[in-house]
Amino acid sequence: MGKIELQNITYVYGKGAPYEIKALDDVSLTFEEGKIIGLIGHTGSGKSTLVQLLNGLIRPDAGKVLLDGKDIWQEPKKIRDVRFKVGLVMQYPEYQLFDETVWKDIAFGPRNMGMSDEEVKKAVTEAASFAGVKEKHFNKSPFDLSGGQKRRAALAGVIAMRPSVLVLDEPAAGLDPGARRRILTRIKDYQRQSGTTVIIVSHSMEDMAMYCDSVVVMNHGKVTMTGTPAQVFSRADELIAQGLDVPAITKVARALKDEGVDIGLDIYTVNFAAHRLFGGDGIEG
Amino acid sequence: MKADIAFGQYCEGNSFLHRLDPRWKIIFVLVYIVALFLARNIFAFALIGASIVGLWLLSGIKLGILVKGLRPLLFIIAFTAIINVFWFKGETPLLPDGWAVQIYLEGIINAGLIILRVMVLVTGTSILLTYTTTPIALTDGIEQLLAPLAKIKVPVHEFSMMMTIALRFIPTLIEETDKIMSAQKARGSDFSTGSLVKRAKALVPVLVPLFISAFRRADDLATAMECRCYTGGNGRTRMNVLHSTWRDGVMLLGILAFVAGIVVLNIFAPGYTFTM
Repeated sequence: MGKIELQNITYVYGKGAPYEIKALDDVSLTFEEGKIIGLIGHTGSGKSTLVQLLNGLIRPDAGKVLLDGKDIWQEPKKIRDVRFKVGLVMQYPEYQLFDETVWKDIAFGPRNMGMSDEEVKKAVTEAASFAGVKEKHFNKSPFDLSGGQKRRAALAGVIAMRPSVLVLDEPAAGLDPGARRRILTRIKDYQRQSGTTVIIVSHSMEDMAMYCDSVVVMNHGKVTMTGTPAQVFSRADELIAQGLDVPAITKVARALKDEGVDIGLDIYTVNFAAHRLFGGDGIEG
Repeated sequence: MKADIAFGQYCEGNSFLHRLDPRWKIIFVLVYIVALFLARNIFAFALIGASIVGLWLLSGIKLGILVKGLRPLLFIIAFTAIINVFWFKGETPLLPDGWAVQIYLEGIINAGLIILRVMVLVTGTSILLTYTTTPIALTDGIEQLLAPLAKIKVPVHEFSMMMTIALRFIPTLIEETDKIMSAQKARGSDFSTGSLVKRAKALVPVLVPLFISAFRRADDLATAMECRCYTGGNGRTRMNVLHSTWRDGVMLLGILAFVAGIVVLNIFAPGYTFTM
């Protein structure tokens, strides 16, 4: 049994209208507990829809979403509890910041959960340190922070609810490479220390290769591939046919093979490639 | 996110009315409204009833949409009907003497005519303008009709530009609101339960980011317009130049005939005379 399971999910936008779009078509998926799972697919493949189904922001037209084996829509009135268990960081989460101070904004979720002042304080402090929000910023207005800092404050706002599943829709979109690396490393460290199940939606194949334990590929509302990054990225031709790409280093491995140097096609990080090239087979980075 | 947001009242179509020049349509609507208030007797009202059927046939809009548009008026219609039926003093009492209330035949007829007038007023103007004209065409039409006012220093172009931009951003802002609401719901906001005060407070986390993003967008748009050398309306040409066609001529004749018909019926037709 996985942490979250999707069973035969179908979701349609604009049902009945002439422009109706089937965003998800009979999707079944299992997200395993305690892993970082990457979700990739080109624009309009249904990723963002899927993400909103996971915490009950939208209700599937057919099929079930199981959290810890329980249908989340069994009791529609308790859907808020599901949202506390499955934390969702939407795209460009800095646009949801609203409160007077960074501290109050991070505390918004925990307060909605009904935590006591004592618990809120603890949750906010912890979340801020995980997300890399510095204490000197706590009393600032969130609108005075830089882009990357805002993003981390918004991330802290969700982590502070201590969800058992953390879902992030394009957490690094629009950030410069440094801020990008920092936020993804933070997420990975947080996952290691807390054992949370993390689901990341991204366009960046490099990020997926670096940070994920397994990868799910979507196309036209269907799941087309699942597996470890090595398994998925070794099927480069299929990925490219679906409008996606493979990490640059995987392309290097493919080019090398064409030139007669076969280091395997399941290469997806530079370290891994270096080990294959210089450290012989079987040493994984 | 939501693709099913219906914006405004505009119904896609290519009917006779859809293809009229918006400038003319605005004039037609004004004349039509005046004509509605000229009607004085039952025959004139019958002509009004016929005119609305005519407009409907020319517009190609589904009857269901028109009926739906009348739904918000139910209360006003019921209210005027009751007031008229009970407070109108006519000559033909319908109830026996000595009752606490009295109803007159004229009161009922009067109520019926007022209801007809209100319904035609709303449906007719909607068919002529909002159902068959895109909001953008409408602002274009208003701008050109008011253009002479620019001579007395009324900033017509600026107002119309503001209208156009506002209309353009309504769907964007709806989408944005939707996103922010989802984000706050994900953090446990509850918009649908609790007291009115509690629900109003729950909107603060939505409104603050929404305002900020609206200002950011306005700023970006201003920069983008300046980059393309926008300096106001002087000497600006338009992409869609409005043209009057034979259709506008036919419609003009039709509307004039309608007004003439009402005036003639008012003067020459015998029968019950409507009092307001």
